[in-house]
This record gives sequence, structure tokens and C-alpha cells, in this order.
Amino acid sequence: MEFRSAADIAARLGETGYLCDDALATVAFLALGMRRPLLLEGEPGTGKTALAEAIAQTLALPLIRLQCYEGIDATQALYDWDFPRQILHLRALEASGAVDAEQAEKSLYDERFLLARPVLAALRAAPAVLLVDEIDRADDEFEAFLLEVLSTYQVSIPELGTVTATVAPIVLLTSNRTRELHDALKRRCLYHWIDHPGLEREIEIVRARAPEVSAALNRQVVTVVQALRDVDLQKPPGVAETLDWARALHLLGVARLDLETAASTLGALVKYREDAEKVRHALDRLLAS
Amino acid sequence: MSELSGIAESADRAASVRAADEILLGFTVALRAAGVAVTHDRAQAYLEAAALAGVGDAAATYHAGRATLCGSPADLERYDQVYESYFDPRAGLPRRRPSPPAALETSYSPLPESEGAGEGTAADEEIVRAMASAAEVLRQRDIATLSANEKARLAAMFASLDVRPPERRSGRRQPWHRGALDANRTLRASLRRMGEPAVLEWRRPGRRSRPVVLLVDVSGSMSAYADALLRLAHRIGRGTARTETFALGTRLTRLTRALNARDAERALVAAGQTVPDWSGGTRLGETLKVFLDRWGRRGVARGAVVVIFSDGWERGDAALLGEQVAHLHRIAHRVVWVNPHRGKPSYEPVQTGIKAVLPHVDDFVAGHSLAAFAELLQVIARA
Repeated sequence: MEFRSAADIAARLGETGYLCDDALATVAFLALGMRRPLLLEGEPGTGKTALAEAIAQTLALPLIRLQCYEGIDATQALYDWDFPRQILHLRALEASGAVDAEQAEKSLYDERFLLARPVLAALRAAPAVLLVDEIDRADDEFEAFLLEVLSTYQVSIPELGTVTATVAPIVLLTSNRTRELHDALKRRCLYHWIDHPGLEREIEIVRARAPEVSAALNRQVVTVVQALRDVDLQKPPGVAETLDWARALHLLGVARLDLETAASTLGALVKYREDAEKVRHALDRLLAS
Repeated sequence: MSELSGIAESADRAASVRAADEILLGFTVALRAAGVAVTHDRAQAYLEAAALAGVGDAAATYHAGRATLCGSPADLERYDQVYESYFDPRAGLPRRRPSPPAALETSYSPLPESEGAGEGTAADEEIVRAMASAAEVLRQRDIATLSANEKARLAAMFASLDVRPPERRSGRRQPWHRGALDANRTLRASLRRMGEPAVLEWRRPGRRSRPVVLLVDVSGSMSAYADALLRLAHRIGRGTARTETFALGTRLTRLTRALNARDAERALVAAGQTVPDWSGGTRLGETLKVFLDRWGRRGVARGAVVVIFSDGWERGDAALLGEQVAHLHRIAHRVVWVNPHRGKPSYEPVQTGIKAVLPHVDDFVAGHSLAAFAELLQVIARA
């Protein structure tokens, strides 16, 4: 579509503040070029959801987000009829007198009583970005249903007819890998595993996302976080945590990271009590050198 | 980005493009041989992607293949290995990530006793009656004391175990004749009568099966029970929808896929080939930690019924083991510890390992005979 090459994508996403490496840029370019959904897996906080936001912003397309959860079903993802309004409409027809049964029924299943949920909304808004977030949380039945929509990009509503997207929407699926997705769904998608970024790239990311943080503090924070990812933690900090920590330190007016301020702002970085203790020990070592 | 020289030359353009296709398809065949499930549509998508990314661009082709041919981190790793040996390794490509601890595959034959399923042939009615009582005796006996022949007879009896998955309330509600008002269905029904509300519909929370996680200690001290425990794991895996099985030894091995075969014998052979450290030592604490870090906390153990089959004989640090089980207990719905020695009359939980874990265990049950397994299955179903 609008992108010429992988490098072009990387550059234009960079303008919005999303910095991606060559691998991700290539895969995103392919997904857009081949009109295939893109399945992103990786540790929490590596920018899976942010990619969808950045793509939508770059292409100036609406971002429609479907957050999955356990027990989600078709009426919450596709469409639903607005029953209360339909009944009010019927009552109003009754009150106004002469009701032709056939006419009344026809007027009942009208576009205006249709509640478009994210998937239908994305098909109708046609060029749009559809983000199916945390698909691993939904039940496997839901996966099968999604498969159907993603292969044809159309939804049939018995009372109204079939809604087909004029242009296939850009679809991104994210998963935290709490369970294995079905092969059939994976086959429809391009697959990419997002890793934590390297030192220089993470510094760039912090610079782009939190420009108020000074360069010296930025480098110090990212260096410490990168070292902490090698410490055996229950939940290694992601990029989102790095940003939080850098912003927290900046808010406190810290110019140089020292043991005391680091320890008092640890809550932005690690979220487990056991981890906090390990990090405190590691900080002694990291900041002493 | 260097263009493939053949493509640039216009004279032989069609032929060289076909050659590129052949090279790429050859790569997918090599990948399939390495164990990545490459289907035809995936291969086709790969060609399409490579064409779009530019066949001359090595890095782009590499990423195109990763995106189209792989479906999990394990696939990515195999892909990198095959890529390196199939294409000339070039500088500047991303390095492959360190292999997971359990990737090693060696073929052992750990289950010699299970070969040749001895079917008790009984033509005479009297013999049948005798068999029935013999079967009952066999049910109660300690598996470690059985002869190979008796083990083979016992193997056939595993099918009689009644497996029911544990359940929990689900977020999704289902129609019921009482409970909370189901506004959607009530209104939908009234719409059918032109908006006349006539029947009230009700709904209640549905039930869903809980995941079950089986951790089987395959160390030397448990070797007499390993065959039976894996049979039990296979039986539970066939009877419940979401079961994950892991072998604990000096390292952690995921057995879920190996035990997926319908036939128990075939599944056990596959499991035997997957586990590299049969009858080795135990470092229960460390292996449990690997399980929690790589699988458990991610979601496999969350809200699950976790069953650990082990005698708690820990060579490493018992404190670490206690800490890990405490952590597991916080994540999981219920932790069941199965110790084969518990069924013995003189048993006392005095070993340091078992003493460390007992405070963090919901159920501590025996697992030395088929009858004990049946009781265990009831504990799991009630959890």
C-alpha cells in the first residue's frame, strides 16, 4: 500500500516515536503488502500493542481495538441488535396507530438498530487497523470464529445481509503466549516474536518517548535495566517499565542515578516482592561500578 | 542490498526466477525435515513474501521466512539452524537465541517392561472369575513389587480408571431455568411476539474445566513407578481437555506433545525418547524453578490443579524446593503432592525435601497402586 519498502516503514514509524528493528519492519512490510494478519508474540511490555497504534497513526487510519478476555463471544466481537431500542420502536409504532405487521418487522432490522462491535466496525470502516489484543486470553472457540472472519473479511448478518470490507483491514493479533494458539489460526498469519531491544535502541526509544529525561540519566537507566534483564527475575522489566522508571526519576528531579533514589523508585520497575529484593542486591553491584 | 546477479540479467530472466523458487522451496523441504510443520500454503506464502521483500536481499528473505514458515519460538530456533546450514551464513544477520534447556533429544528405551502387552486370555468361565479377583488383588498391590508380567496385565487395567476434569465457574453464562435474569434472551423472545413480554428467561454462570498440570519425577529413586505414572499421565491427558505434562529430573522436559498419541504404548515410547535424563539424579527445587519461570507463571499453572508425583528426595537445597512450591501454591488453584511411599504403613514424612514442601501442599496422597491412582483421580476431580 503506501509503504515502498521495509526501510520506509521503519523511517515513518520512527516519526511517530515507534522505533522498530529491521526484522520487525520487514515483517510489517510483508504483512501490509500481502494483506495478511500479523501475529505478534513476545514478553509483556515489548511494544506489541504500540505497533498497531503507530501503524494506525502513520497511515492516518482509525484504530479499532478488540480486547480479548475469557468468555468473549460473537455478540461482543461482531455485532448485536439493540433490543431495548427495537422494542421502544415497536411501542412507538403501536402508539401511532395503524401498524402493518410486515412493514413493522422490516423497519425493526434496520441499520440503526445494529450495534457494530469491533470486528464489524473494522470491516465497515474499511481501510482501518484492527487490533485483536491478547488473543490467548479468549477461549479456543472464539479463535475458530475469528479464523472465519480473517479468511474472508466478511460477516453475514441473517436479517440484513453480508457485510464485506471494500478494502481488507490491516489486522494485528497479539499474544502473551499463556497458551498455544491453534495452528489453523497461525497459518493464516505472519508470525513475529518481539524481543527486548538492545542497549542503543532502547536509549533511542526512551529519548523518543520521554524526551524530557536528560541524556545522561537516560543512558544510566537503560544500562541498569538491560543488566537487570540478565538477573534471574520472575518478571524481567519491559520497555514500558524502563519508560516508567525514567519518567519517575525525572519527576523526582534526579540528575544522576544513585542507590537511594533507585531503591525508592523501584516500584516503577519490578512488581514482585521477591524481585525487588534481588534487584536491590543487584543495584549495589551495578551502581558501585 | 545486492541483487541476485541472475535476476538483473534480462536474457535468462524467467529461468533464473524459477531457479530462485526452486532454491526457496528446497529450503522449505529442508525445514520440514528438521521438524517445522511447513504446509503447502505456508510454503506458498513464503514464496510470495520473498518475492515482495526482494529475493536478492538476504536479510529480507530471512525475515520473510521466519514470518511465514514459523509459528512458535521453538520453530524460530530450528529455522535459524536450518537457515545457517542451507544458505551460506552471512554477516549481519541476527544471532540465534540460546536454546531452551530441554531441547536435547536422545533416544533411550526406559520402559523395557512395558513391551509386549500381555492380554489375559480366558476362555473358561471359572478362569474368568479367578481373573476378576486376581485383578482386584493387582489393583491394590504396590507397583514397585510387580513382576514384568504383572505390570503388563496392570497396563491394560489403566483404561478402567475414571477420569473427570476439575471444574470452575466460567465468565460465560448459559441459559438455565432459574438464576439471574437474561435480558437479551427475554427481549429477543418478546420481539418474536411483537414486543409483548411474556416469558422471562434466566441464566447462570457456566462451568469450564480447569487445566491440569502433571509434574512427574523421573529420577532414579522413582524409576520403579515411572512407567505407571506416565501411563496415568497419558490416561489423564486423554480424559481431560487441558492437561500439560512435564518430566522432572536433572532438567525439565515437556511431555505433553509426546503423550498426545491415542495409543498408550506409542505415547510411552515417544515420551521415553523425549526425556534425556531417565533415572538420573534429582534437583527438584531447580527443575521446579525452571518450570515456574518458563511455563508456570506465564499461565500454564495459573488457576490449574498441579499434581506433583515425587518422593521428595532432594539432593539439592531443600529450602529452594520449599520456596518454589510455596510460589507454585500462590499461582495454582490447588497443589497435590503424590508420594508412592506414603501408601506404605511405616511411612513418616521425615526427609528434608518433603518436610519443606508439606506446608505448601493442599493434598498429600499416596500413589503406589492402581487403587491409589483411582483415589487420586477423585481428588483431582473434586479440586
